[in-house]
Amino acid sequence: MIKIENFRKNYGDIQAVRGMCFHVEKGELFGLIGPDGAGKTTLMRAICTLLVPDDGVIEVDGLNVREHVTEIRNLIGYMPQRFSLYQDLTVDENMQFFADIFEVPQDEREQRKKELYRFSHLEAFTKRKAGALSGGMKQKLALSCALIHTPKLLVLDEPTFGVDPVSRQEFWEILHEIQKGGTTILVSTAYMDEADQCDRIGLCFNGEIVGLDTPQKLKNDFKYMIYEIRNENLYRLRDFFARHPEIRTTQLFGDALHVSFLENPTESNWRQYEDEFGDTFTKRSQISPDIEDIFLDLMENHNG
Amino acid sequence: MNKTIKRIIAIARKEMLHIKNDPRSLSIILLMPVFQLIMFGYALNTELQYVDLAVIDYSHSTASHDLVQKFTGSPFFHVYHYEGQFDKLDELFLSREARVVLLIGQDFASDLATQTQSSVQILIDAVDPNAAHMIRNYCSQVIQNFNAANNISLPTPFQIETSVWFNPDMKSAYFFVPGLLALLLIMICALLTSITITREKELGTMEQILVSPVQPQEIILGKVIPYVFISFIIAGLILFIGIWLFGVPFVGNLILLTILSLVYVLTALSLGILISTITQTQQVAMMIALVITLMPTVILSGFIFPIASMPLPLQYLANIIPARWYLTIVRGIILKGNTLQQLIQPTLVLLGMTLLLLAIARRKFSANLEK
Repeated sequence: MIKIENFRKNYGDIQAVRGMCFHVEKGELFGLIGPDGAGKTTLMRAICTLLVPDDGVIEVDGLNVREHVTEIRNLIGYMPQRFSLYQDLTVDENMQFFADIFEVPQDEREQRKKELYRFSHLEAFTKRKAGALSGGMKQKLALSCALIHTPKLLVLDEPTFGVDPVSRQEFWEILHEIQKGGTTILVSTAYMDEADQCDRIGLCFNGEIVGLDTPQKLKNDFKYMIYEIRNENLYRLRDFFARHPEIRTTQLFGDALHVSFLENPTESNWRQYEDEFGDTFTKRSQISPDIEDIFLDLMENHNG
Repeated sequence: MNKTIKRIIAIARKEMLHIKNDPRSLSIILLMPVFQLIMFGYALNTELQYVDLAVIDYSHSTASHDLVQKFTGSPFFHVYHYEGQFDKLDELFLSREARVVLLIGQDFASDLATQTQSSVQILIDAVDPNAAHMIRNYCSQVIQNFNAANNISLPTPFQIETSVWFNPDMKSAYFFVPGLLALLLIMICALLTSITITREKELGTMEQILVSPVQPQEIILGKVIPYVFISFIIAGLILFIGIWLFGVPFVGNLILLTILSLVYVLTALSLGILISTITQTQQVAMMIALVITLMPTVILSGFIFPIASMPLPLQYLANIIPARWYLTIVRGIILKGNTLQQLIQPTLVLLGMTLLLLAIARRKFSANLEK
């Protein structure tokens, strides 16, 4: 559905995207995961023909973004970052407007709206102004507007940004529903925990894709041991482990420290650590890596 | 083509909803012209009234009384006799007790009787040169009347017969009503259109609309249509108040005025569109729109200061001010009853400006987010 080859984009001297390559298959739910400034938005805008690539090729449904601007725009449903709709228009007026400009035939409209209301549960709020909706409801309305013309490809730029966890979960369930209908979805997020919701993910960092696979495969392929270690003095603990050369990364996660080892430490190793540290570790256990561990590992590796 | 029209209507309908949902802004837009008109109508009154005139009459004769009587009879002057010392005369001006002093010499009556020629002195406070000029004209008129009444005719080689046309009473309403029409139309049109487009950029909704079948020119047209209507309501309001409250005559063709006003409104809207394409925020757009419409229109269009009295470079500069051409049209139609043939030049200039502005705006309006 989407083919990206060696895509590059600069803003003046700043290289926003430096050579991304990946494909998104038809019907796939593909996630772009990465922090702000990783180049996710630039990439999505280029896919939507809003930015012209400086180098490389982007094709959407076999159409090159440089040449087939109008055709591509017709088959995409796009929800920009921090998209806020028309706050002074009601839910129904917003949907009506997008149905108008996307030329949804009159006789299909009611049916389509009914379907979208089934996802979004916004039916009770049709007469409410968009500005008076909660954050989660706004995002669902924005999604409904992007879906009103039944696009083949849905491009969502950080749709769950600033939305409460319950609404986020609900939003992802809606996306899975939409995917079942055959729509290809490209979604970006800065929340690492949302990666597992996607069929495949691309980890974006510093304008490059640093990891690309299914979330499960990425985790399976992670060859380092990660231990979760706790102590009252977390910061001293981190500094202590960071000094050791056999340790790959150290990362604070809430009240615990995640440490990845190049070699699996033995019991005697652990005793030695405790002796050197001068205190016992309240709790230590080997854990399976999550996407955030992998991402941080790739990120640090990338810097070095 | 059909689809294009449908999409334009969709954009226009949405814009109407925005306007409807913001009645406060709408009422400001509609009330502003009314307030400005009334303010201009009463403040920008160039007809002077009750000018303090101090009379120093050393003649004390019937003839001098007659002359003073002529001044007293005019609503233009408020006449009183100065009793103070002659060498303290400047005090009158310094303390603003008088703006004009009429000095009648001792020999006034006798000179009149014997030589049939005499002179009086008039001193005018010229702090406000325009007013001073008018006071002088009024004074000479009163004195002429006096001369005529006394059958005094001077042997002159030729006589200038002045006759003022199209505004014989020199009423200021006749010139500020067309002027305000020109000013408010360009200000409001340029301002509103530039704001409405930059607002979509600020909200990020422009990004969303761009990724749709809607073409850039359709967005622009759709957004502009509601404001054309509003402009016409404003124009109608100004004309109505001008005619009804300030008694401006309307001798020309209303349909012609409507059509040519549409041309001017299009020029103003194109200017607004151009501004919106080169700015990213509503605030900047608003500032630019105000700066390039308000001052040049007030100062350079001939609205208040005649173009002929400007230095030559400014006269050339005035030619690029749309209001300068529209003023010719409005004054021509309202006061003189001009036909299209007589107004073909300013009309073509406005059309040319519109096309030029639109062409630049179309080039600058990007269909994507590249700068």
